[in-house]
Amino acid sequence: MFNLKRQLLSGPYLLWMVGFILMPVVMILYYAFTTTSGHFTLLNITSIFASIHMKSLFLSLKLALACTAICLALSYPLAMILNNMKQRSQGFIVFIFILPMWMNFMLRILAWKLLLSNNGVINMVLEAIGLPGLDVLNTPSAVVFCMVYDFLPFMILPIYNAMSRIQQDIIEAARDLGAGTATIFFKIIVPLTTPGVISGIIMVFVPALTSFAISDLLGGGKVLLIGNVIEQAFMQEYNWNLGSGLSLVLMVFVIASMALMSSKGEKGGASVW
Amino acid sequence: MSKRLIDLQHITKSFDKQTVLDDLNLYIRENEFLTLLGPSGCGKTTTLRIIGGFETPDSGNIIFDGKNITSLAPNERQLNTVFQKYALFPHMSIAENIAFGLKIKKKSKSYIDDKIKYALKLVNLDGFEKRSVDSLSGGQQQRIAIARAIVNEPKVLLLDEPLGALDLKLRQDMQYELIRLKNELGITFIYVTHDQEEALTMSDTIVVMNQGYIQQIGTPEDIYNEPTNAFVADFIGESNIIHGIMLQDRLVKVLDVTFPCVDEGFGNNVPVDVVIRPEDVELVEPGQGMLEGDVVSLIFKGVHWETEVLANGYEWLVQTTQMHPVGTHVGIRVDPFNIQIMNKPESSDEKAVESDV
Repeated sequence: MFNLKRQLLSGPYLLWMVGFILMPVVMILYYAFTTTSGHFTLLNITSIFASIHMKSLFLSLKLALACTAICLALSYPLAMILNNMKQRSQGFIVFIFILPMWMNFMLRILAWKLLLSNNGVINMVLEAIGLPGLDVLNTPSAVVFCMVYDFLPFMILPIYNAMSRIQQDIIEAARDLGAGTATIFFKIIVPLTTPGVISGIIMVFVPALTSFAISDLLGGGKVLLIGNVIEQAFMQEYNWNLGSGLSLVLMVFVIASMALMSSKGEKGGASVW
Repeated sequence: MSKRLIDLQHITKSFDKQTVLDDLNLYIRENEFLTLLGPSGCGKTTTLRIIGGFETPDSGNIIFDGKNITSLAPNERQLNTVFQKYALFPHMSIAENIAFGLKIKKKSKSYIDDKIKYALKLVNLDGFEKRSVDSLSGGQQQRIAIARAIVNEPKVLLLDEPLGALDLKLRQDMQYELIRLKNELGITFIYVTHDQEEALTMSDTIVVMNQGYIQQIGTPEDIYNEPTNAFVADFIGESNIIHGIMLQDRLVKVLDVTFPCVDEGFGNNVPVDVVIRPEDVELVEPGQGMLEGDVVSLIFKGVHWETEVLANGYEWLVQTTQMHPVGTHVGIRVDPFNIQIMNKPESSDEKAVESDV
């Protein structure tokens, strides 16, 4: 009896799963493998090989990789510095990093559009101190910059979390056994923070790969990512079949990257999912 | 006596303006099992961490084997530490944990493999090479931590309350194991604990500390039988510590009763602390003792009855093998050689003995 009651408790969750996760996936699968008239086809999938789609996919992969690499390069030292601070200031700094996430995602992108524009604040400051102005708006650089800005906390937090869990006496034990600073870093700190690094990479790479809002607003129509292509298929061409087919391809990339990362993570001791 | 291996000279250390150690002087002989004993906050762990190199003293020198090592980093010192919470590397197997220090010293693979086998045998965990840290119990983890330290053949092993997290039975077994290990390895052990029984069981020398000052240094027998002040007497085992007046040599007045004792040289009519161990108090028929009182509490402790007797305004703690029910009127007798006389603390240095008791 008790077990049955407990199973009933999962009812709302199951309903949610079926209605908002399973059903949409089934519908995307249906659209992806059919023509507008409902006949089976593989054309929606194979259209990824069209040169314009390939170009977008590679640009997406390139920018997502760049964004992930920059986030990792910034986050790791930052997490180390943060971890060495006093407990109270640590909380404050983490709070500052999370603060922008309380603002609407679109508003933040729009703010950067204004800041980065040719007559924007940044160029005005550069001009005032006699430096050449930046012409980054509507370029891939602006898109990567804004991606890094938006996704950085998702890299910092898991790394910081993993790092703060390393106990001080483990570091002291390593020093006691003769390890110098470099050995401690590569043999103790890096392996113990690997699970955090891997969740960070997944949490940054996946949204960066699939994003379309940032490139839409900061790319000025010149930076066409795979996300933008899919969005256009759905919203402008009303070609749900093509949009679903391309989404499916992108989903394969996302799942493949997650599987790859978590297989690396198992060696480090903890899996991400 | 063997030579001095470590010499701590005038060590002072404070954290956030709070003095933890004040002009501490201590030497440790080769092959000695020395225990730093005291309540939490007495500076014993700080002393150990200064020897290990994890803290730098504000002033003073650490001489190790004739060389001044005060400013050396922990990885440059010829000693290893066993930490209270084991501090094993969770991402490495048992064998990798033990090999850590040897790999840094670039020892050959066959040497390392032999050492791992030897160390695991020494701590009674043969065949544990491939196991993960998580799969070990607390006692096993602590043995691995010891194995990881001793494969480096340190001259000194520092142990920071290594048995603190283990249960009573395991703790007692490990005490004997540590003594055996020390004898087999023939190296110096410096051991930190707040557990007086642990200290008495294992040590060659006990250093009793309180509030950053050394209260007494001596063998377990000395410390137990001849405590130099009230703090030591109270901390090492239970005691009746009573205010008294030394009337003259071999005669002390306690609770308005004059006791013959064996101590001399305190002067006449000097206030002193009188220490009597609870197992040294005899309960006799009323009239046959030096003073009389009533039993106010009785607790069975296994080997003895812990009895409290109110006599002349003081609650005497008595350990006897005979039961005296609450309310019994009894006499109290103490043999002269079981009475310890100690000077009252005078200088600020000795103030530490008063507090925390």
